[in-house]
Amino acid sequence: MQINVLMFGPVRDLVGAETVSLDLPAGTVVRELQGVLIERFPALRAGITAVRFSVNREFVDDDRVLADGDEVAIIPPVSGG
Amino acid sequence: MSAETGDLVQLTDQPIDADRVRSHLARNGGGSSGGVCIFEGWTRGEVHPTHGPLLRLEYQAYSQMAIEMMRKLAADARAKWQIVTLVIVHRTGAVPVGEPSVIIGVASGHRAEAFAACRWLIDELKQSVPIWKKEVWAGGESTWVNPAE
Repeated sequence: MQINVLMFGPVRDLVGAETVSLDLPAGTVVRELQGVLIERFPALRAGITAVRFSVNREFVDDDRVLADGDEVAIIPPVSGG
Repeated sequence: MSAETGDLVQLTDQPIDADRVRSHLARNGGGSSGGVCIFEGWTRGEVHPTHGPLLRLEYQAYSQMAIEMMRKLAADARAKWQIVTLVIVHRTGAVPVGEPSVIIGVASGHRAEAFAACRWLIDELKQSVPIWKKEVWAGGESTWVNPAE
């Protein structure tokens, strides 16, 4: 299945892209997606423990099962206001 | 703007007009409000020991999620306090020193609820809404703000 992962803030700068498109096996959970991302972008390793993930604009736990077409985003610690 | 409640919840890449926020509160809350609390968060001028003076902050948002969460905060605040009308506006892009990046306004029957809701809204927004700011320094460096530091 095809999953687009949106990048923001410091993570976007580390990866050098706003969106990363990944081809993942059905049933992949967020924790596994995190592993795939670190493998592909080793620069993420240092900061990845502090990030949260969202799926379809809601925060999710790392055992969330991904579905084809989900809008996934890496949410580094927020600093609005 | 929400048609049902008259609340103004907005992300904008334009300068925030504080007078417009106040007139929104007056137009939608005047007559039944007795306490109106407005919080403005501004870019504060600072000097970094090696990078020099701060030129501006640059805000980036996950816009669709941010606006959905801001609407949810507005609804949650309404469930917690008696609110006549409220405003949540956050700016994105470059915000120079001395200009507001965020304005929260709450009009309520009495001041205690207006103060409490306004305080709660800005605290929750800073804690959870997916918006990030980068400090841009006169020396040419720029650094993402890490709230944990």
